[in-house]
This record gives sequence, structure tokens and C-alpha cells, in this order.
Amino acid sequence: MVAKDVWEELVTSALLGTDRRPHGGASGDAAPVALLGAAATHTVRRRAGLRPGPAAAPLEAAPEDGRRPLPEAARRRLARLLAGRAAPAPSGGRRGSAPDLTELLPQWLAAAHERGYRAPAAALPALLDAARARTDLRPQALAFAGPRGLWLARLNPEWKFALRGAGGGGALPDPGDAEAVSALWEEGLFAERVALLTAVRAQDPAAGRALLASTWGAERAEDRLMFLDSLRAGLSGADEEFLEAALSDRSRNVRATAAELLSALPGSALAARMAERAASCVSLDRTQGAAAIVVEAPHECDAGMQHDGVTATPPTGRGERSWWLGQLVEAAPLHCWPARFGGRRPEEIVALPVTDDWQGELHAAWCRAAVRQRDADWSRALLGAPAAPQATGPGTSSLAERAKLLSTLPAEERARWVASFIAAHGLSEAFQLLGVCTVPWSGALGRAVVDALDIARDAGSYPWSFSGVMGLAERCLSPETVPQLAALTTLPAEAEDASPGAGGYWSEAFQRLVATLELRAAMHAELTEA
Amino acid sequence: MDEQGALWTADQVLALAPDDASRRAGSKLGAAGPWSGAGSGGQGAVWGLCKGSGSTPYRTVVDTTGPAYQCSCPSRKFPCKHALGLLLLWSGGGVPSGPGAAGAPDWAETWLAGRRGRAEAAAASAETGPADPEAARRRAERRAARISAGALELEQRLADLLRGGLAAAERSGPALWEETAARMVDAQAPGLAGRVRELGAVAGSGPGWPVRLLEECALTHLLDRAWLSADRLPGPLAATVRTRVGLTAPPGGPVLRDHWLVLAQYDAADAKLTTRRIWLHGETSGRTALVLSFGAGGRAPQLAFPVGAVLDAELRPYEGGGGLRAELVEQFGVPAPSGPPPRGGTVGAALTAYGLALRDDPWLDAWPVTLAEVVPARAEYGWQLADARGTEREAVPLTRAAQARPGLWRLVALSGGAPLTVFGECGHQGFTPLAAWSRDAPGETVPLV
Repeated sequence: MVAKDVWEELVTSALLGTDRRPHGGASGDAAPVALLGAAATHTVRRRAGLRPGPAAAPLEAAPEDGRRPLPEAARRRLARLLAGRAAPAPSGGRRGSAPDLTELLPQWLAAAHERGYRAPAAALPALLDAARARTDLRPQALAFAGPRGLWLARLNPEWKFALRGAGGGGALPDPGDAEAVSALWEEGLFAERVALLTAVRAQDPAAGRALLASTWGAERAEDRLMFLDSLRAGLSGADEEFLEAALSDRSRNVRATAAELLSALPGSALAARMAERAASCVSLDRTQGAAAIVVEAPHECDAGMQHDGVTATPPTGRGERSWWLGQLVEAAPLHCWPARFGGRRPEEIVALPVTDDWQGELHAAWCRAAVRQRDADWSRALLGAPAAPQATGPGTSSLAERAKLLSTLPAEERARWVASFIAAHGLSEAFQLLGVCTVPWSGALGRAVVDALDIARDAGSYPWSFSGVMGLAERCLSPETVPQLAALTTLPAEAEDASPGAGGYWSEAFQRLVATLELRAAMHAELTEA
Repeated sequence: MDEQGALWTADQVLALAPDDASRRAGSKLGAAGPWSGAGSGGQGAVWGLCKGSGSTPYRTVVDTTGPAYQCSCPSRKFPCKHALGLLLLWSGGGVPSGPGAAGAPDWAETWLAGRRGRAEAAAASAETGPADPEAARRRAERRAARISAGALELEQRLADLLRGGLAAAERSGPALWEETAARMVDAQAPGLAGRVRELGAVAGSGPGWPVRLLEECALTHLLDRAWLSADRLPGPLAATVRTRVGLTAPPGGPVLRDHWLVLAQYDAADAKLTTRRIWLHGETSGRTALVLSFGAGGRAPQLAFPVGAVLDAELRPYEGGGGLRAELVEQFGVPAPSGPPPRGGTVGAALTAYGLALRDDPWLDAWPVTLAEVVPARAEYGWQLADARGTEREAVPLTRAAQARPGLWRLVALSGGAPLTVFGECGHQGFTPLAAWSRDAPGETVPLV
């Protein structure tokens, strides 16, 4: 009998019991002992004789990653940042004086990626886990993880998020390879097609448009919307014809997006039509003595307006006529206004009084237009002087709108403006404005923020009232600010009118800020090889 | 390398953490912020003051040669987050090194001196034998008689089980096994008690359980029989049987001094005891050794080494069990940061090594082996390690536990489809990878547990 059969006999006897199924001729008390002895021999023999099995097909090799390996110190840093990544933020406002590593990981990843380093292979699972847990980390984590990261993600369903979305396929054809491009465009999944269109458009805007036009009529409405949106990159007059045709699209959302894109092209026919409509509503009035702007909002939303993307029905709580006016002015090219107002420059136009309480509506629409058309002159005019009291600012625009306007200005001017704003108004309103400034903050902006924090401390408030700005400062202040900050980490004598214990908390908060900045400086130094 | 020895890597430090929470908490303390008066001196001492929530900072001191830790914080974790933070700060170059240990503050020096004194005293007492050999012999005889009674009782229990059939074992539930295990504890045979608990866990444990139960019953029977006739067994096998039953003799082999690469370190815990297994490989002798360290009552075991470090140390092996287990006798200098992996073989050679080891210890579940030039591959049943070379590519499946571990993905990522060197435990349940070395960085030990 072969060994396998012997073993099966043994198992059967064992299951049923030797009383019912004796084994090997033994009986009574000897039977179970004989069975156990035989089973032991078999078990040890089987284990001692174990042989390898056949190998499965090997994995496809991970693509080469041509980037440089990380310097040793940077590799250690990454291990520490990843080990600390899941640390929960302490509850309450108090965070102690130790830096928050979770906040530094995105910055580290972006810096390492920029400098062309390759992620250490053994760190890839932790990187992918981190990206899975934190969507805000995904772009940097995946870029740094590189081709081997995507290769790994394909093997584990828990990481399938890495394969979705733009660039997720990791295997986009070269935009110059017409055959491969058209094959993927015809047969690819939606996400792959979006990524492909974005890639082609980035390299050759006309080729991207042509690719889209080749199948436009057959696409589903929601896909058309997404594809159309990808024309936003590299938008130019050459796209006008295509967009003009899209104004007659079946889908209202597609029509609205096409109109929006056309209005961002100040030279387009749509922009000219909107300019004409807007001009008929807004004019200069000299009859009152001093010059003023008179507004006569549209009385109807005709078919032509609707064709050009004007939404007829206002949201709840808004009047129809002011709703239509806002849309017309927003879509009209800004350069049409100086001519309409006697050659005045934007800041002069913005300074003109507006009759009948239309100022808010009109200025808000100009703000939106300035952002859409990336017009720095108009943005400057609408922002006004940073130090001006907010209620009387020309735009009376919200902070969110101001932040958008700021984003159209050159980086240095932006930082100067925000620094002056903080010097005049303090930090309580500055959070959104700081968010659009480039990192690390310029010297002047950094000094303004630190001074304002110092003033807030002296005023006796608690640091967690400024936790938002503190958090931003940890990420954005230049490490060069450390000497200025170091003086603030000392524990001040408790002032009589101060909030109890505030001094200690501030000292702790500044210590954390200093520690974080030093850590950031060390991180960047480690990533810069000697 | 200076007097200090090279700094450890962050990975090596974090590997010392008793759990994830400590790892995270320690990482947060690994920056200059909360530390003051930090310093390091010769003979592997690192110290510093860490500001906590109270008014007095905690005094933390680490002897990296142990490593051993002392901290004035109330944490029961070992090492505590302050010790980990201090080591991270040190590993990042954030601790100034002083000339000699003279720079240590008094509180640190006291502890360091105490450690050196105890080490010397322990070395001295090892020289002298037990006080009364005659009394010791009588105690040993009494215990052997108790274990024999226990083994006979267990034999009876196994015979009853087989007479009635294993099918009934699933219905009888765990109570009967627990009771038998308690009887083995009373018989002072902890090894038998452990096996009995295992048997209780196998019954009804999913598809194929009767086969596994029969195998384990048979091997337990084999152990009982071997114990009862141990005087007729060859020396090494008799020693194995004594160890398996639960009699721990002090290590007795000749001392081995070598440069030992720390291959792996991992813990297995039950309610009462945490067992830490540390695998070492001697660069000169080529020997693989297992050092065990225990922590009772939820405390982490004392002994801990950074994976990938190389210790210049003396080990003394225990008898039996294939001569794997050893005790750390003495360590010289501070650990070097890394060393080359053991020379490895094919998958077939690994299984052969396990088979041969069964001659000395038929109860072995797995044997430490290094596989060279293997790739992780995915078969229908799950992941395996396969020879990357040769015409007849052969493979060994990974154990079920290894398939579910995050370390699997580190192994796959490190390979990227290319061959690597993997150390692990190879046995009848498959292969458990514990450490790996890639072709690109053969000096870097990547821990997989």
C-alpha cells in the first residue's frame, strides 16, 4: 500500500475511533497506541520528506525608476515621518511643544519628488497606506512612489485607489504616438481617457482639441462636461470655434461650461456679444454733476442670452434682474470698460460712485471677471489698498473673493499686499489670504505674521484662537524666521489683565513653531546632497 | 566610526518599540524640541532630559550596548517613548557626543555604573556551581517522577480519545483540554501543557482539522513515549525531549564569540507571557542562533536589538533542539550598523535542511533558513517564494500567517519582481519570511515582521 493510502486509513480509524474501526490488527488497549505510533511515524516521515512545489508564473518586473536613491539621512527621516503619520492630533486646542509630523509629511514628499529622488522600495507599502488614509496626501505620495508604487498597487486591492484618476494607469502612451493615442481614446476607460486628453492637451493643445472633436457627438453628456473642462488648460483663440459649437449642446451644463470658457477669451465673439449686452446695462451718468455709474439691469433673459450661457432662473432669494446683470458683467471682457467710461483706468472706474445701490452687485461681478480673465490690473483695482478699512474697501468683496483676486497677482506683490493687510488688520481675517501666498513665505510676509502673533500674545488672548494661522505658519514660514521667533519662546511675566496661563501656552506654541521650522530646515538640508 | 560606534538608523530604533502606539509617541519625541542636556559618551551611553507635562523633566538614559533603558517617567512600557525619542534624536545626529563617559550627569552615571557592576557580578557568579549538589539532584528526581506521572496520564487521555474517535473531540469542547492542560501544569511539565492547549485549539478549527489533530496527537504521543524512555535515547535527542517537555537546563555548550548579525526580532504574546525571538547569524561561524527573551504580565521583554545591526558578542548554546537556542553571555563594544546577509540556498535546500533537523528534533515546526535568488510569486493558493534561477524552478508556499502580514508587501515591494535574499523559518506549514536583502542594497536588512 502506498503511503497516502496508509495515511487515509489512519485518519479514518482516528475519526471513527479504534473501538469501531481497529487499526493494523491491534485490539483493545493496544489499538489506539498502535494507531498513534503509526501516525507519528507517518507525520515525521512526511515532514522530513517535504519537497518544493512548482513555481507560479513570475511577476512582471516592476518598471525601472531612473530617479536617484535618497541620501541616508533623508531615508531615516522618511521612516520617522511615516512611523508618526498615524498619530492622532491631540484633542482640544493645546498641542504641546513637539512638532506635528503629520503636517510635515506632505511637504517632505513634495520636496523629495521635486529633487528627483526615488522612494525606497521597502517604504512603498507604508507610503501607499498613508495615501490611502489621507486623500490630501495622495498626489505627493503617489508621485514620489513612482512607477514601482503603481506596480505594487496593482497587486493589492487595498491600494486600487492609486490606479484611479489622472495618470493612475501609469502606462499612458506617448502623446506623440498617434496610433496608440487613438487606440486608447477609442477603447480606454473613462479615467484613462481623461488622463490621456489632459496629457495630449498639455503637449499640443490643438491635437488635444482634435482628439476630443473626433468623438464629441458620441460621448455621454457627463463625459462631455469632463472632457470640455480639460480644455481649460492651454485655452486660446484657436479653441473658439469648437466652444462656440458647444454653446448649442443638448446639455445645459455643457453649454454653461462652454460659455464660461469663451468668456475667459476676451477676444471671442461670445465675449463681444456679452460686452455689448453688459454695456447696454452699465453707463456713465454726468447729469448729476459729478460722474457716477448708472445701472439699468436687463428686463428679460432672451433666447440669445440663454444661448450664451446665461442662466435664466435665479437661486432662491435673489432677484431675477440683478442675477442676469451679474452674469452679463462677469462674462464681459474687462477691457471694454475703459472706453465706456471715458478712458478711465480700472482704479478710477472702481472709485466711481454707483447709483441706486447697485455697487455691490457690479463690483462683485467685476471681481469674478477679473479672476476668470486673470486680469492683474483689475484685480489690483478691486482689491484696493491693503490697509484701507474693510467696510469702505472699493470691492467690499468678501475675503474669499479677495483671496481669488490676489491669486492673479505676481507672487511678490501678493505677499506684499497680504503683509500690509496683516499689519493693518491683524490675523483674525488673514487666514484665507495667507493660503494663496507662495511657500515659503517671503521675508516681509513672515515678519508681518510673527509680529501679529506677538501682538496677539501681548493682547492677552490664547494661542488656540490663532491655531489656523499657527498651523499655516508651521508649514509656510521660512526657517530664516527662527532668530526672530526664538525671542518669543521665553516665558513672559504674567500680566495682570492677561488670560490665566496664556503666557505659558504661547511660549509652548512658539517653541513648537521654532522646532517645526528647524525640523523643516533639517529636512531640506538632508534632501540636498553634499 | 568613532568611540561611540556608528549611529543606528531610525528603522532600527523604531524596531525596539513594544507597540505601534509607542512607535508613534516616540517618533514625536525624536526632535530637539522637548529635549535638553542631551549627550552621549563612550561605551554606548546616551542621556537627556525630556520635558513632559509635569514641572520636572524626565531623566532618560540608554545603554545602547544592551540595549538597556532607564527613565524616570511612570510608563510601564519598555522601552518608554522617551527612550525611543532619545534614541531617534541620537540616530539623527541630534545628540552631541562627549569625550568618554565622564560627561554624563550624576543621575545617568549612577545607573550606568550600577549596570556595569551587575554585569561583572553576574559573570563572577556564573563561575560557581549550585550550593548543594545532592539536594539539587533529589529535587530533579522528584520533578522527573512528577513529569512521568503526567506523561502517563496524558497517554491515557490520548488513548481514550482515539478509542472513541476524533469526531467526538469537536463536541466535547475546550473544557476537557483545559483541564488536562492544568493537570500537566501541576505535573510541572509546561511543555506538555502547551501542547495540550494546542490540541484543544486544533479541534474544529476549520477544514482539515481532523488530520491536523491526528498529527499533533501523534507527535504528543511520541513526546510522551520519548520522555518515558529517555534514558535509552542518544544524548542530543534526550536533551531535546527534556526541553520539549519543559525542563530548562542552563546553557552548557562551549561559548561562541562571533560578529552576530541581527536577522529578525519578533514577539509572540499570550495573556501571561510575551516571548521575544531574536535570530542571530554569526559572520565567521556561519551559525544561526535563537536568543529568547521573556516579559511577564504585559511588559515587553528586556532584551532588544536593532534588526540589521552586528553585535560582537559571546553566545552560549543550550543543549537539544538542534542547538539553535543560545544565551547572550557578553557583548563587546557597541553594535555596528549593518552586515552582509547569510549565504543562502535554493528552496529545495531549505526544505532539506528542515527535514534533516527533524532527526534531532522531530517536534520542530520550522527551521531557520536563508533563501538566495528567490522571487515572490502568486500561485492559486496564495503567495510563494520561488527560485529565480535554474531550469526546474521550485517554490515553497508562504505560511498562512505570513500571507496576512504587512511584511508580505514589503517583501514584494523590495523585490519588484527581481530576485532577492530572504531569511525566514521554513517548515511543514510553509515559509515565514522574516528579513530580506535586495540586490541593490545587500548591506541593508529589511525587517518583514
